[in-house]
Amino acid sequence: MHPAPSVILFNTFSGLGFGLLFWLGFDATPPTGWIAFAFFALAYIMAVGGLLASLFHLGHPERFLKAFSQWKTSWLSREGICAVAALTLMALYGAGLVFFDTNIAPLGWIGGLLSLGVIFTTSMIYAQMNTVPRWKHWSTPALFLLLALGGGALFAAKITFATVLLILAGLAALVHWFVGDRRMAASGTTLATATGLGHIGSVTAFEPPHTGTNYLLKEFAFEVGRKHAQALRLISMLLGFVVPVLALLYLPGHFGAGVAVLCHIAGVLALRWLFFAQAEHVVALYYGKR
Amino acid sequence: MTQLPPPSAKKLGLVIDLDTCVGCHACVISCKGWNTENYGAPLSDQNAYSGAASGTFLNRVHSYEVQPDEGTAQLIHFPKSCLHCEDAPCVTVCPTGASYKRSEDGIVLVNESDCIGCGLCAWACPYGARELDAAEGVMKKCTLCVDRIYNENLPEEDREPACVRTCPAGARHFGDLGDPGSAVSQLVEERGGFDLMPELGTKPVNKYLPPRPKDVEPDINVLAPYLEPVAQDGAGLIHWLDKALSALPGGSK
Ligand code: SF4
Ligand code: SF4
Ligand code: SF4
Repeated sequence: MHPAPSVILFNTFSGLGFGLLFWLGFDATPPTGWIAFAFFALAYIMAVGGLLASLFHLGHPERFLKAFSQWKTSWLSREGICAVAALTLMALYGAGLVFFDTNIAPLGWIGGLLSLGVIFTTSMIYAQMNTVPRWKHWSTPALFLLLALGGGALFAAKITFATVLLILAGLAALVHWFVGDRRMAASGTTLATATGLGHIGSVTAFEPPHTGTNYLLKEFAFEVGRKHAQALRLISMLLGFVVPVLALLYLPGHFGAGVAVLCHIAGVLALRWLFFAQAEHVVALYYGKR
Repeated sequence: MTQLPPPSAKKLGLVIDLDTCVGCHACVISCKGWNTENYGAPLSDQNAYSGAASGTFLNRVHSYEVQPDEGTAQLIHFPKSCLHCEDAPCVTVCPTGASYKRSEDGIVLVNESDCIGCGLCAWACPYGARELDAAEGVMKKCTLCVDRIYNENLPEEDREPACVRTCPAGARHFGDLGDPGSAVSQLVEERGGFDLMPELGTKPVNKYLPPRPKDVEPDINVLAPYLEPVAQDGAGLIHWLDKALSALPGGSK
């Protein structure tokens, strides 16, 4: 799958933003006043910024309101509804903390759960795709949720939670990679089933239907850079999880947290890039590609 | 509405004969022509006159080489367009309701004025039947020429999809695959029509007819009979001649 920068930014920063909102919502002793303002501003910049980045990915962003209508079947629609509900409730909850020094806890809980709902619905957009065997697995929502919870805890300065959750997120990434590398073969879809010609003999793509490229090849047959996949996996594992956890454990206070946050963002960007770049769509089979 | 309707009795679709298709791409061109000049956003081209040309097409013809265990390889031309699946995953993922399946005849369409161009339906289609038009930013796909097949302004013989009408080899057939008595259903029955990627559970309406088995060439050699040993019964002039010649130095025994 083509790793579109807008979608990678959206996944990375919305994940962190809604993760932070979750922790703010469930904080027993939440910050108030200016400190609360800083936390909520950061969460909203990341969450809303991510959503805006993904809007730029659309062919007709001006029609986005229509995307709220099909929640009965569409995970994208559900994601939109969750996002608006979470952002609205958390804005009210945040306003209570910032301006009135009041903790309306139930609002925070519901808003926090809806924030997790955004992460889950986002992950299901990918995990529902029969056409991308690597994604169609429980490890996709598990990875997305743990990344948001771990990264959110890091931003919310919940050091113990952050340490444990980042380790779990790193493990989820390992599972996702290990299982993912075997999903295409396990799906049983090959050029033989795609063409239905396997009963005659072994099928190879002889001539493509067009001399140039097209939407399908650009979007689904992304092969560039896959050869660096193992190196990138190592980088994203080190930067995303190992260094942040070590920094939290062994570096002093704010300095350690700063190192952890910056490394984590860089590592997660690499991980999100790999999530797309390594995903094989079955339509590439028709072109003799992967 | 992107909820799928209950399966319709009428299932309009195509039957494509892989035995007959000669890979001329005429169906590709007539499809592009009709669907650029008629319903919906035109099918745009980018850099049409440069080395990096690309464009939107609703029907594309691949070619595959199939090597049997024994004998020579076969070249099979393989036209591919939307299969108007019964369990169309492209419909249910659509967030806007732009993508839908008609309850009356099963045709899968996009309402272009509702489409936000998110591309998810193309992600969900296993067959590469949907392309986001780079100029219009909306999703394009085969309409089964819905603006021809019911069009009373066209002469009767033109009320079929442009690709079917144009195919010089008669490799494309259009009809109601929900009716077991229809000509297309009969053809599928007779020739063992099959689904593409049946394991994905999309239940395509369009069917493909397999290439017929190749004839095995009989071993014909017009001169061979003359080289058979003659007169093995050991009588007559020919036998004497055979013996006499064989007795000569270098003669065969
Ligand atoms: S072939 Fe693709 S676009 Fe057409 S109905 Fe099936 S899944 Fe949808
Ligand atoms: S590209 Fe258009 S038709 Fe396809 S899922 Fe998005 S809104 Fe629906
Ligand atoms: S027009 Fe007919 S013969 Fe030519 S490529 Fe299309 S299906 Fe094959």
